[in-house]
Amino acid sequence: MQTHTTICALATPPGTGGIATIRLSGPDAYAVAGRVFYPQNPEKSVAEAKGYTALFGHYRLRGAEMDETVALFFRAPHSYTGEDVVELSVHGGSAMASGLLEALIAAGAAPAAPGEFTRRALENGRMDLTQAEAVMEVISAGGRQGAALAKAALDGALAKKIGAIETALREVAAHLTAWVDYPEEDVPALAPNTLAATLAEQKAQLDGLINSYGGGAVLRHGVDCVLLGRPNVGKSTLLNLMAGFERAIVTPQAGTTRDVVEQAVMLGDTGIRLNLFDTAGVREIGRGGDEIEAEGIRRSWKKLEEAGLVLAVFDAGQPILDEDIALAKRCRESAAARTRPALAIFNKQDLATEVFNRDVQKLAPYFDAVLPLCAKDPASQPALCRAVETLLGTATVDPTAAALCSERQLAAATAARDALAEGVNALADGFGLDAVGVCLEDALAALATLTGENATEAVIDAVFARFCVGK
Amino acid sequence: MDKLGSYDVIVIGAGHAGIEAAHAAATLGARTAVFTLTLDFIGNMPCNPSIGGTAKGHLVREIDAMGGLMGIAADATFLQSKMLNRGKGPAVHSLRVQTDRKRYHMYMKQALERTPGLDIHQAEVVALDVVDGTVCGVITGLNGYYACKCVVIATGTALGGRIHVGEAHYDGGPDGQHAATKLTENLLENGFPIRRFKTGTPARVHRRSIDFTKLERQPGDPEDTLQPFSFMTRTALHNKVDCYIAYTNPATHKVILENLDRSPLYAGIIQGVGPRYCPSIEDKVVRFQTKERHPVFVEPCGEDTEEMYLQGLSSSLPEVVQNAMYHTIVGFEKLEIMRPAYAIEYDCVDPTSMEATLESKVVRGVYGAGQFNGTSGYEEAAAQGLLAGLNAARKAQGKTQLVLQRHTSYLGTLVDDLVTKGVLDPYRMMTSRSEYRLSLRQDNADERLTPIGREYGLVQDDRWAAFCRDAELKQAELARLNSTKIKIAALRPLAGDAEIGEAGGTAAELLRRPGITYEMIAAVIGRGEGVTSTMALRIATELRYAGYIAREQRIIKDMQRHENVAIPPDFAYAHLETLTLEAREKLEKIRPLTLAQAGRVPGVSPSDLAQLSIALLKKG
Repeated sequence: MQTHTTICALATPPGTGGIATIRLSGPDAYAVAGRVFYPQNPEKSVAEAKGYTALFGHYRLRGAEMDETVALFFRAPHSYTGEDVVELSVHGGSAMASGLLEALIAAGAAPAAPGEFTRRALENGRMDLTQAEAVMEVISAGGRQGAALAKAALDGALAKKIGAIETALREVAAHLTAWVDYPEEDVPALAPNTLAATLAEQKAQLDGLINSYGGGAVLRHGVDCVLLGRPNVGKSTLLNLMAGFERAIVTPQAGTTRDVVEQAVMLGDTGIRLNLFDTAGVREIGRGGDEIEAEGIRRSWKKLEEAGLVLAVFDAGQPILDEDIALAKRCRESAAARTRPALAIFNKQDLATEVFNRDVQKLAPYFDAVLPLCAKDPASQPALCRAVETLLGTATVDPTAAALCSERQLAAATAARDALAEGVNALADGFGLDAVGVCLEDALAALATLTGENATEAVIDAVFARFCVGK
Repeated sequence: MDKLGSYDVIVIGAGHAGIEAAHAAATLGARTAVFTLTLDFIGNMPCNPSIGGTAKGHLVREIDAMGGLMGIAADATFLQSKMLNRGKGPAVHSLRVQTDRKRYHMYMKQALERTPGLDIHQAEVVALDVVDGTVCGVITGLNGYYACKCVVIATGTALGGRIHVGEAHYDGGPDGQHAATKLTENLLENGFPIRRFKTGTPARVHRRSIDFTKLERQPGDPEDTLQPFSFMTRTALHNKVDCYIAYTNPATHKVILENLDRSPLYAGIIQGVGPRYCPSIEDKVVRFQTKERHPVFVEPCGEDTEEMYLQGLSSSLPEVVQNAMYHTIVGFEKLEIMRPAYAIEYDCVDPTSMEATLESKVVRGVYGAGQFNGTSGYEEAAAQGLLAGLNAARKAQGKTQLVLQRHTSYLGTLVDDLVTKGVLDPYRMMTSRSEYRLSLRQDNADERLTPIGREYGLVQDDRWAAFCRDAELKQAELARLNSTKIKIAALRPLAGDAEIGEAGGTAAELLRRPGITYEMIAAVIGRGEGVTSTMALRIATELRYAGYIAREQRIIKDMQRHENVAIPPDFAYAHLETLTLEAREKLEKIRPLTLAQAGRVPGVSPSDLAQLSIALLKKG
């Protein structure tokens, strides 16, 4: 176990809650935070932040600006663990905390092992034993299965995929080992091109897994969804239709001070959780007004940028207004619109007017799909579900396809990928195969934390299974 | 029973492990005796007449750096050498020396005879005298009793040795030596977990019966590149012999497959577990049926003999089949066997019953080394012998024990693997076993281990002085390279087609580039004073691999925090209910000395380790 690593984990209970806090602890806490958290005030820098101070800003995931974030800074030894600590708080009850963890891991933090914060706190004299034992007792309930649990967490498809990557790397590692440890047997030299190709190929496999981590998150963490529309077009009715029951609203956030209100609903039978942002500000479009309103609008549009799905509701019983067209255009204009689907819902079909149907082409081109609907009729729920599934691609997602499904798995895959990248560089820079071999074994060791195998023994076993070496 | 003597340390066996153990213990000032079945086999090489090889060469350098004998003896009886793996990266360069087998034995016998404070006895030890779980003497086959404080068991293949050639088998050790048949029973009575391993060796044949014109010649490295094993050998070495390569062919394999039922291994007569890394020719042919040929290395056994060793043809087939098999090989048509190949089974201990000091947890004061601990190879044996002898002497003297951590050495890695993970077949050192191998190179064994050898009393004044002088020379040269700037234009004429970059810089910066060698730098700014080609290579390697080495050092530093947390030997794992049952059982058995070692025990998870760490803090 490494103790000079920088670790991160959710410090608040998972699930509901207004605020989610992620704690980052270790020698590189400030450096890692600096790669992910961007203070609002460009004059401020994370690296220079003093202990017991705070900064407001946002975090970025794969270059995209994400949720608003408050960073609290603690300098060693005056922190929970006694190390440098940065606590990052984002809005709770959404995918934001997971996104932040993902960003921190990509920036070089490791997910904390069970009890690791506590152990560090104890080792650095920041916690007494009674406290530590109480914490560990709770943790051990979950951590007791240890390695077995780690292995069980690998679902069939992912285990297969990781297994295939491991096998390919192990073959090369075994070949290198046999070639190095038995120089006089006729073990053919591994052509540098073959070696480079294998490393690059397996690195690409890992890249694929790592990059699709965000995509798979739709099903695990839900999708942020903006609900747009003029007042009285039937957004609330639509909400109830989605949930099936009013009480299916899973995270009411009454009393929030934000003007983008979040609710989460499970969309019918799809298994998709929609984190809904009811955009109060949008209806103010075109009215101009004071600064506070302008800020409200700005935030609403920002949400539109961040969302994974836009539902724009129109009243089919009314003529189409310029305001509707402006809204439709806005859905298409934002930079995110290229990758984020938008669905137009023509509500109140029971009251549909001739004039609406005549002019519907003024709206349709701005959307990925249109859905005529009567929100107050429960029978229209399936149509809504199918439309959203199709747009999000979850209808075609193969639930048996390999996907990383925890931050720990993501971290292991990332470590393996980085080690392979280093190996590719070592080859390109003309280093000896001894250096490449070490990188290769680091990658195998990282993958072995997922499968629970002993990487070195596995390579040595492979040497003797594949090569006829020895006197 | 007659009381014949009293010692601090008694070493059982004078093979490669026993020699280093006895020499180390006596050098530390312990009154030491070494017992051997026969004085004529001290330092015998029953297998190949060579020292070193991949990873094993690292071990020899480490033994030498600590003040052991093997490297010096190999240099003194040198016939030919090769630096293996040149061109595969400096971390895996490994030296192998062909030695004169008989002269090696004579050298070692005399080295022991001349070691002050060391007695040599020809006798078979048949029992340990154990009182209250602690050894206090040994009993010989002639009813002699010798009192002692510590014992090092280095019995090799002699312990319970049984030789197999075809359907014939008999109790015995290598080269006509008799087996030690009684000690095993006594060890079992004392609770040692004894198991049975197997190994084998090829035939020795007459030089005149080989047609060398049909074989590939294998000369040693060019004379000007020959490197000694010992950091103390400063005289030039000269190649004296050639080796050769022959190849088996489908006809050879046919003979083997047709007679497989006459191999005791395949007929089920041999129960012992053989080493994967040292398969018999039967194994090779059966397991790799698509391979059309296997190499056979023909190595001279010495300058005063016509015996040649056939590396690669270890076998337990009957002599008549061996003859038939050899005669199918091009160049071996008229081969005359002098000593047939044989397989040998022997008794050894489960090394997880040892501590990382190599002291047994079963009977205190008993240490083990070499094949007794489940390893194979002269070098692995000698390295353990040195550590076991050193610790036995220090225990007898009431001093602290030495545990070599993994990051210090291949020896430390070997011992940790043995006592933490255990072995299923005889353990061979391989470079891939070390996660720190870019730092643990054979060229820097002295920097890694001579200070430790000095601190623990093995390194004598002459070696220490030479080491300090080398260290000063290296520092001076590094300073010079870091402060001397070179224009790239000055190097270009020397570079040929090599890519050397566009910008100039300090000599040290330039040495980091793949196309630039120390010799090129030296051609421009001259050689550093006293910088040998070996030291130049070491400096260039450290500069080039600085990034990788620094990364290893960070990992080592991380690990160090847990290496420094000791676990009391009587720690009650059973009461630590927050650990998994599996972890409790494994830890109870292995009884790791440190938290870091606990983390390497198979079946112990990071969560278990966190629990253990807290429990330890509570105790402390």
